[in-house]
Amino acid sequence: MISVKELTKRYARTVAVDQISFEIAKGQIVGFLGPNGAGKTTTMRMLTCFLPPSAGTARVAGFDVLEQPLEVKKRIGYLPESPPIYPEMETAEYLKFVGKLKGLSGSDLQKRVEYACDRCAIADVKKKLLGKLSKGYRQRVGLAQAIIHNPDVLILDEPTAGLDPKQINETRDLIKDLAPDHTIILSTHILPEVEQTCEQVIIIHKGKLVATDSVRNLQARARGAESVLLEIAGRDGVLEAPIVQHKLEQVAGVSRVLCKQQVDSRVLIEVESEKGRLVRGDLARAVVQAGWDLNELRPAAMSLEEIFLQLTGSESGEAGKPATKELPR
Amino acid sequence: MRNTWTICRKELGSYFVSWIAYILLTLFATAFGFFFWTLLTVFVVEGMEMQMRGQAFPMNLNEQIIRPLLMNVSVIGLFMIPLITMRLFAEEKRNGTIELLATSPVLDLEIILGKWLAALILYSSLLLLTGLNLAFLFKFGHPDWKPLAVAYLGLLLQAGALLAIGTFISTLTRNQIIAGAATFVVCLLLYVFGWVEGFESSTWAHVLAYTSVATHFDSFVRGVIDLKDAVFYLTVIILGLFFTSRSMESLRWRS
Repeated sequence: MISVKELTKRYARTVAVDQISFEIAKGQIVGFLGPNGAGKTTTMRMLTCFLPPSAGTARVAGFDVLEQPLEVKKRIGYLPESPPIYPEMETAEYLKFVGKLKGLSGSDLQKRVEYACDRCAIADVKKKLLGKLSKGYRQRVGLAQAIIHNPDVLILDEPTAGLDPKQINETRDLIKDLAPDHTIILSTHILPEVEQTCEQVIIIHKGKLVATDSVRNLQARARGAESVLLEIAGRDGVLEAPIVQHKLEQVAGVSRVLCKQQVDSRVLIEVESEKGRLVRGDLARAVVQAGWDLNELRPAAMSLEEIFLQLTGSESGEAGKPATKELPR
Repeated sequence: MRNTWTICRKELGSYFVSWIAYILLTLFATAFGFFFWTLLTVFVVEGMEMQMRGQAFPMNLNEQIIRPLLMNVSVIGLFMIPLITMRLFAEEKRNGTIELLATSPVLDLEIILGKWLAALILYSSLLLLTGLNLAFLFKFGHPDWKPLAVAYLGLLLQAGALLAIGTFISTLTRNQIIAGAATFVVCLLLYVFGWVEGFESSTWAHVLAYTSVATHFDSFVRGVIDLKDAVFYLTVIILGLFFTSRSMESLRWRS
C-alpha cells in the first residue's frame, strides 16, 4: 500500500530525514517510533504531500507523491500532531466542510458525517463549537476528520499526545477498531503504545531508519536466546547470591547468570540460556534440590523500550543520551 | 470550481460567525454615514443660498455628492481591506489548519481563489450598505444611475486588486497583526504614489504614478469605463493571486 524508497528531506542546514526505505502492506497497523525530532512528522508530511521530498520516492496506493499528489491525497486521511480544527465551527459543520473538500457530496456526505461521528463517539457534541471542546474531544474530531472519506491509508501523528490515560485507552481501542478497513501509520514516542496497538514497527532515529520489523520479531531479534527471571529465597534466612549464581551456572544450557537484586535472603536472578534450549524445568529442579524456595519464575521478555534504547543507543555513544531523556514512561 | 466555492463558503461563514463581518459593517456604515451627511448638508446649504440669490447655477447630484462620496469610499476601503485579508492565511497557519487544506485533494489555486472571493464578497456587502444612503438621493432627486454603476465597478476592481495583495501578504506570516499592518502600508502607498507626478516629471515618477491604484480610479468615478484602467486592476489581481500561489508553494518547501 505504501512504498518508500530512499526518501530524504534536507533543510538549509540539517537533514531531517535521511534515505529512509520501507514497505507497508495493506491492512497493517504500523508504529512509527522515534524520539522527538527524529523525523517522524517530516516523513509523514512527505507521505501526505504536505512537504515535497528532497530526494527519493514515496508511493501511496501506487501513486507517487510528487507526480500525482491529488490521487494520493484522495486516498489518505491525515491527523496532524494538533488536530486541524477551526474553533469557530461546529463539529458537524466542520466534518461536512472537510468531507466536501475530500470530494464527498449529497447524501453520501451526510452518511459519512454520521458514520464518522458514531465511530469516534462525538455524536453528542455535533452542535458544539470546536473551540469549546475538551482536548480529548478535539482529538476525536481530528480522527473523525481523517476517516470521513473512507481513505485507504490513515496517517496519525501522535494521536494520543496530551490525552489522559482513559482517553488514551479509548483512542487506542478506536484505532484498533479502524484497523480492518484501513492501513494505519501512527507515530509516537511512547513505546508501550506501539506494543499494544501495532503489528509492525518502524524505528527511526536522527532521520535514519534503525529497524523495521514486527513487534515480536524485534523482541526476538534483540535477544537471540530465552531469558528467565527467578526469585529465590533461602529457607533458613540466609542466602549467598554468589553460591546461587554458581549453582545455576552449572545447569546445562545456561549461558549467563546475572544477579539483579538481593533483599535479605531473597535474590532476583536473570538467567540467559543458549539459543533454542528450554531450561526452565532444569532451573527449577536445581533450585529445589539445593534446598531453596523458588518464589517466582517467569520469562523476561525484553520490552520494546529496551530494544529501542539498544538500537538507537548503539549508533554512537552520545546518540543514546538525548533519546533516553526524552522517553516518558 | 466546486472546491473554490466550498472554501469561499467556509471563509464567509467564519467572517460572519466570528463577528468580524458585523464589526466591519458597523465601522464602515458609520464612516460612510458621516461623509454622506456632510456632503449632503453642504449641497443643501449651497442650493438654498443659490435660490436666495436668485441665481440659476446648475446643481448636479452626481458631480457634487456621488463622485466625492465614492472617492471617500475608496479611502475607507484602504482601512477595511487589511482587516478583511489579514486573517485569510495567517490564521490557518497559526491554527495548523493549513495542513488540512494542503493535504486535501484540492488545488492551491482553488484555495486561494476561494479565499479571495470570500474577501471580495464581504467587501461587496460593505458597498451594498452605501445603497441605503444613495436610495435617498434617488427618492428626492434624479441622479444619473449609469456613472454610478461604473463607479461601483471601479470600486470593486480596485478592492479586488488590493484584496489580492492583502491575500498575498497574509501568506507571509502567521501573525494577523503583522499581516494587517503590512497590508495597510502597502495599500496606502499604492494609493498615494500618484502624488509624485505633482512635483516630479521624470520617467520614474510616471512609472510610480502608474502603479497607483488611485490614478486608475479617476476614470471610473467620472463614469467612464477606460479599458486600460480595467486592465491595470485585473493585472494586479492576477499578479497578487499568482504571488500568493508561489508563496504557498514555498511555504511547503520551507516549513
